[in-house]
Amino acid sequence: MQLKDLFTKPKPKKKKYASIPSEQAKQDVPEGIVIKCPNCKKIMYTKELTKNLKVCMNCSYHHQMNARERISSLFDENSFIEYDKEMISENPLNFPGYEEKLEKDRQKTKQNEAVVTGEGTINGYRTSVAVMDASFRMGSMGSVVGEKITRAIETANEKGLPIIIFTASGGARMQEGVLSLMQMAKTSSALKLFSDNGGLIISVMTHPTTGGVSASFASLGDYNFAEPGALIGFAGRRIIEQTIREELPEDFQTAEFLLKHGQLDAVINRQDLKETLGNILDIHQAGGEITW
Amino acid sequence: MVAELEFEKPVMELREKIKELKEFTAQSDVDLSSEIEKLEARLEKLENEIYSNIKPWDRVQIARHANRPTTLDYIEHIFTNFIECHGDRYYGDDDAIVSGIAKFRGVPVTVIGHQRGKDTKENIRRNFGMPHPEGYRKALRLMKQADKFNRPIICFIDTKGAYPGKAAEERGQSEAIAKNLFEMAGLSVPVICIVIGEGGSGGALALGVGNYIHMLENSTYSVISPEGAAALLWKDASLAKKAAETMKITAPDLKELGVVDEIIPEVKGGAHKDVGLQAKHIEEVLANSLKLLSTMSSKELIQHRYEKYKRIGQVSFANDLLGVK
Repeated sequence: MQLKDLFTKPKPKKKKYASIPSEQAKQDVPEGIVIKCPNCKKIMYTKELTKNLKVCMNCSYHHQMNARERISSLFDENSFIEYDKEMISENPLNFPGYEEKLEKDRQKTKQNEAVVTGEGTINGYRTSVAVMDASFRMGSMGSVVGEKITRAIETANEKGLPIIIFTASGGARMQEGVLSLMQMAKTSSALKLFSDNGGLIISVMTHPTTGGVSASFASLGDYNFAEPGALIGFAGRRIIEQTIREELPEDFQTAEFLLKHGQLDAVINRQDLKETLGNILDIHQAGGEITW
Repeated sequence: MVAELEFEKPVMELREKIKELKEFTAQSDVDLSSEIEKLEARLEKLENEIYSNIKPWDRVQIARHANRPTTLDYIEHIFTNFIECHGDRYYGDDDAIVSGIAKFRGVPVTVIGHQRGKDTKENIRRNFGMPHPEGYRKALRLMKQADKFNRPIICFIDTKGAYPGKAAEERGQSEAIAKNLFEMAGLSVPVICIVIGEGGSGGALALGVGNYIHMLENSTYSVISPEGAAALLWKDASLAKKAAETMKITAPDLKELGVVDEIIPEVKGGAHKDVGLQAKHIEEVLANSLKLLSTMSSKELIQHRYEKYKRIGQVSFANDLLGVK
């Protein structure tokens, strides 16, 4: 080493952060014929992957599913009836560009909002359901998402049905400000009344379930499940690392990490999901009355 | 090969002899069938003699037998549709306790139990069936859930005790156990507890406040392990055998003390000789208990449980002894 080297700044070490899925890094299956698995890099036919419930045949990586795909993978044929299909967002804060963004996502996803609610049967057992869709505004929760989920819970309450909630969300929707925050309280209040009436709540967390959604209805199930590898947490990895100035473990905030830390009842492979949900609905039939 | 216990050695030896003779008969022309018959008759007599007169210390050995069936063994044989539920939703998931929902003869139930490992690796993962606070909190979470959905709760007790460790104290071992006793007293559904192996102290009791407590014939239930008692009382852990006899820890003892409701008979030589058959014995008792409790209302169930514990304990009054009224 030469003397002058002591006076030069060392090259800043490039910090590596876990990527938070952004607009470009969407792991949506594109409209192409083939697709590359982001985990094992194997190239496979899109149709084949879709047939396998979007679980990589090579490495079992669970690709994101949109709400329609989720519903058709779980519910008995032609049994699903949608609630509140026409409900759309307003722009309560007059947030610049919000309406355009919403319109763009409506075009892209052919859906009005980031959640689909309704009811149908799984292995013959009737249940209400709310399925979030990360392809619409990152599944963020604004007034519409909060209201639709709350109404689905209320309907379940009136009809004496269970509710299953599939979460996939970046958190609260920034463009609706504090109104988004309050949707956490609204949905949680609805679940409390439903639960006190003996209602069955099943939460299935899928990739990603973060922020305000993880800190409200996603965590309030009688059973909390997750799909393998799903990112689940409250604060983002980068924010935590910058706050505590420590590098976080590799598996931090994965479904498996949460299972180890007592937050989940089980991590369930997508192929086993229908059977497990059917089994739980079965066990909860007739309210567990003992008849001998 | 099932490891043999000291007290049953004569049986094992005789059985071995008979086997030898049988092999000899099969291989050579000499016919020993009459001798074999005689020996078999003697074996039966010997078995009856030994197994109907098992000493407390021998029961401790059976209860601790490495092959003794565990909670998961019985779940597999007695229940259907079992789904294991993990985690206390606060801190962690304790593998020393397993819990979940299932069906018993078609009826939805919640099943919870201590879980020992079958080998060293599993034993390390399950901490030899000695729970931490998160284990008790997981159990309580599942009990509350059962209460909400009106499902009977069945607890299998099989632990040396709550884990005496630093982390366990930091996370509130005492609070976790106490909270379970407190909350179990208020459950509005039938609760049936079955001691299947060792019932060690508070760690066992935290799953043990039920409408009925049943015990397998060769299981034990005590305030402390015989070794611990010997160390405390006589400052010598090697006096465990004496402690086992003094402390009244076997099923017949506990029945006499009014702690245990029913003794579930064990397969000759211990539950590990035939899990399937043992499970049938348990299933029968369980069905009977559930039938009895199913006629009670929530209020009656709570009262029934309260009275069960209220009765336990023996006191007298000094003025009675003195003849003062």
